[in-house]
Amino acid sequence: MNKIKSLDDLRQLREGMQAKIKLRESGNNSENIVRIKVAMSTCGIASGAKEIMNFLMDELEQKAIEAVVSQTGCMGYCYAEPTIEVTVPGREPIVFGDVDKFRAAEIIEKYIIHNELVDGILPVNYRSIDN
Amino acid sequence: MADYKMHLLVCGGTGCNASDSEQIRDNLLTEVEKHDLNDEVQVVMTGCFGFCEKGPIVKILPDNTFYVQVKPEDASTIVEEHLIKGRKVERLLYKDPENNEPISDSKHMEFYKKQVRIALRNCGFINPENIDEYIARDGYAALAKCLGERTPQQVIDEIKLSGQRGRGGGGFPTGLKWEITSKSVADQKYVVCNADEGDPGAFMDRSILEGDPHSVIEAMAICGYCTGSTKGLVYIRAEYPLAIQRLKTAIKQAREYGLLGDEIFGTPFSFDITLRYGAGAFVCGEETALIHSMEGLRGEPTFKPPFPSESGYLGKPTTVNNVETLASIPVIINKGAAFFNSIGTAKSKGTKVFALAGKINNVGLIEVPMGTTLREVIFDIGGGIKGGKKFKAVQTGGPSGGCLTNSFLDTPIDYDNLISAGSMMGSGGMIVMDEDDCMVSIAKFYLEFTLDESCGKCTPCRIGNKRLFEILDKITKGLGTEEDLSRLRSLCKVIKDTSLCGLGQTSPNPILSTLDNFYDEYLAHVKEHKCPAGQCKSLVKYTINHDKCTGCTLCFRNCPVGAIAGEKRAPHTIDNSICIKCGVCYDKCKFDAISVS
Ligand SMILES: Cc1cc2nc3c(=O)[nH]c(=O)nc-3n(C[C@H](O)[C@H](O)[C@H](O)COP(=O)(O)O)c2cc1C
Ligand code: SF4
Ligand code: SF4
Ligand code: SF4
Ligand code: FES
Ligand code: FES
Repeated sequence: MNKIKSLDDLRQLREGMQAKIKLRESGNNSENIVRIKVAMSTCGIASGAKEIMNFLMDELEQKAIEAVVSQTGCMGYCYAEPTIEVTVPGREPIVFGDVDKFRAAEIIEKYIIHNELVDGILPVNYRSIDN
Repeated sequence: MADYKMHLLVCGGTGCNASDSEQIRDNLLTEVEKHDLNDEVQVVMTGCFGFCEKGPIVKILPDNTFYVQVKPEDASTIVEEHLIKGRKVERLLYKDPENNEPISDSKHMEFYKKQVRIALRNCGFINPENIDEYIARDGYAALAKCLGERTPQQVIDEIKLSGQRGRGGGGFPTGLKWEITSKSVADQKYVVCNADEGDPGAFMDRSILEGDPHSVIEAMAICGYCTGSTKGLVYIRAEYPLAIQRLKTAIKQAREYGLLGDEIFGTPFSFDITLRYGAGAFVCGEETALIHSMEGLRGEPTFKPPFPSESGYLGKPTTVNNVETLASIPVIINKGAAFFNSIGTAKSKGTKVFALAGKINNVGLIEVPMGTTLREVIFDIGGGIKGGKKFKAVQTGGPSGGCLTNSFLDTPIDYDNLISAGSMMGSGGMIVMDEDDCMVSIAKFYLEFTLDESCGKCTPCRIGNKRLFEILDKITKGLGTEEDLSRLRSLCKVIKDTSLCGLGQTSPNPILSTLDNFYDEYLAHVKEHKCPAGQCKSLVKYTINHDKCTGCTLCFRNCPVGAIAGEKRAPHTIDNSICIKCGVCYDKCKFDAISVS
């Protein structure tokens, strides 16, 4: 890893990362892949987030869907753990709650492959400070 | 395969009347089918939108129409008007609470959302184990700005101007605290992050450390720059293994990037962080006890002053801040004091994270602007009381706080209002109680906790709390008298006035607030020897209604102590001198013949 020695270094790194993320979200580049974030805080893991993460990875690989599954922290919906956020290129990110294996399979089959929604979407219920 | 052009999202959250929203979904499905739109329109159920008081909600995509208080019979109007004719159904639209104007697109409803995420801005967004993701969301930009463009005093002034107050419970102005340390002269100073989080039911700090550890690291470095400290310590309970692991990873990554260590950003400022583990004693969250624990001494508080800002860890000036306090600092620097200051009430600025728990539908972690009412938190964001029961009280401030009733539901939440209501902000645990909770037992529960956690150094807390507990125990067993209630009160006052540290000084609060708000319930226990909520086992009585009893013998066969007698097909009776009130018979009887009182 290169050391960040100045404000400019930081800016460059940030802009590089942001550009990568933008490309990823606009979905019109070679990196045209599905992104899934699994909430993996103590309570998420306690309700089975790890198994769901493994299951998602296996299923996506079997179906040859190019995807990156990564972990994230608490989304705040502890009553609906495990929770995952799915971003399909060109579509808004969607959070699904109470994801067991059955629902995970359904999300891949219906939402990711066929662009149908499935029950159990958690609407964004807060304002963020990004602008 | 269907290629849907429109989605109807029906709120299926428990807060929206569940049966109604299911009926709405069914009616919408029927209507969609009737008009042959199956291939174009999909109807799905979602979780809570955080607008339960205005529920049931139906949202339409892609045009983001947000319909509120929808009734099952509105389904045909929605389909015929909105879907077919393309006209929004005005009377169902959400109305701006200020001017009553309907808002047609929920994109413009951002402003009405009850939650604002500052401390939690990255939780659930970034991978906490990848520093690049933090940097992409402006991470370490605040540190860079401070080191490159501001003097320590300018940063302190900015924090002062923001109105930020400590989120660890005390609410002390953060900028002022930093200034005191910065003005203390010493060869070494320290920055301490208090991640002890000992309140029962609280998990705000844990979630921040697990979801966004870099925000705390960055803020500690900023604090180091402002106060002239080169060493940071995080005091974290060993019971938080995941938070510890994520913090360690984050510190390692920050070092690799040179964001911790020597000459950060090429400036003369150096700063590094180490972890210290606590054994999970509540009193070790108190800053002087915490410092002693880190020094290898007993985790016992000492008298203040001197305050840690002047003489703390190893006798050196030490800034102690809570995790959530720190997590908001980078936002204050990046977005400016005015941004933070514009949120909240006159004396409490910004947002507060709460861990919502208890008899509430949407248990979870929320962050709301200071000044939000308890009603909004409980009935909108929290989705209301579980099982449609009646709200009774909400406990804030953990073992140092109190129980607030119906009459406080519309009080804006801030430090000062909660104190004048007889509770306190505390670190942010919020436990909701319903009609089945006995307030005397609740007070007893907290006292039992305090009793376990008291360090024993001073007499009023060590012995006084024990006596309080004994009196409460007596009351819940039906042996209390009215004098006990006045004894409780006077003992509470003595303990509050004479204890050495915050633990003892606040430990009577759960009793005092329940005495104030639920005196009738205490009276029922001591005068009529009854527990109105039916929770105090010693006070309940099981009786068999002879008109309903069929003599099936089921209760007789299940009673563990043989307290029930009766012939087959003849009414049974319970001998209350033997009965241990286990409730088995009550659960077993199929004829509803057994009642509790
Ligand atoms: C009994 C007791 C327990 C405390 N527990 C905590 C705790 O778990 N976490 C915390 O941040 N502050 C706790 N505090 C408050 C700390 O003493 C201190 O005020 C706080 O860490 C300062 O940080 P702040 O100004 O950012 O709030 C506790 C205080 C008392 C009296
Ligand atoms: S008030 Fe209680 S916890 Fe605090 S020093 Fe005294 S005995 Fe210890
Ligand atoms: S179980 Fe109910 S109906 Fe049967 S004997 Fe007992 S009280 Fe009577
Ligand atoms: S409550 Fe328990 S102990 Fe009492 S009569 Fe019923 S079964 Fe027996
Ligand atoms: S910790 Fe799991 S959603 Fe909050
Ligand atoms: S808005 Fe429907 S359950 Fe909360």
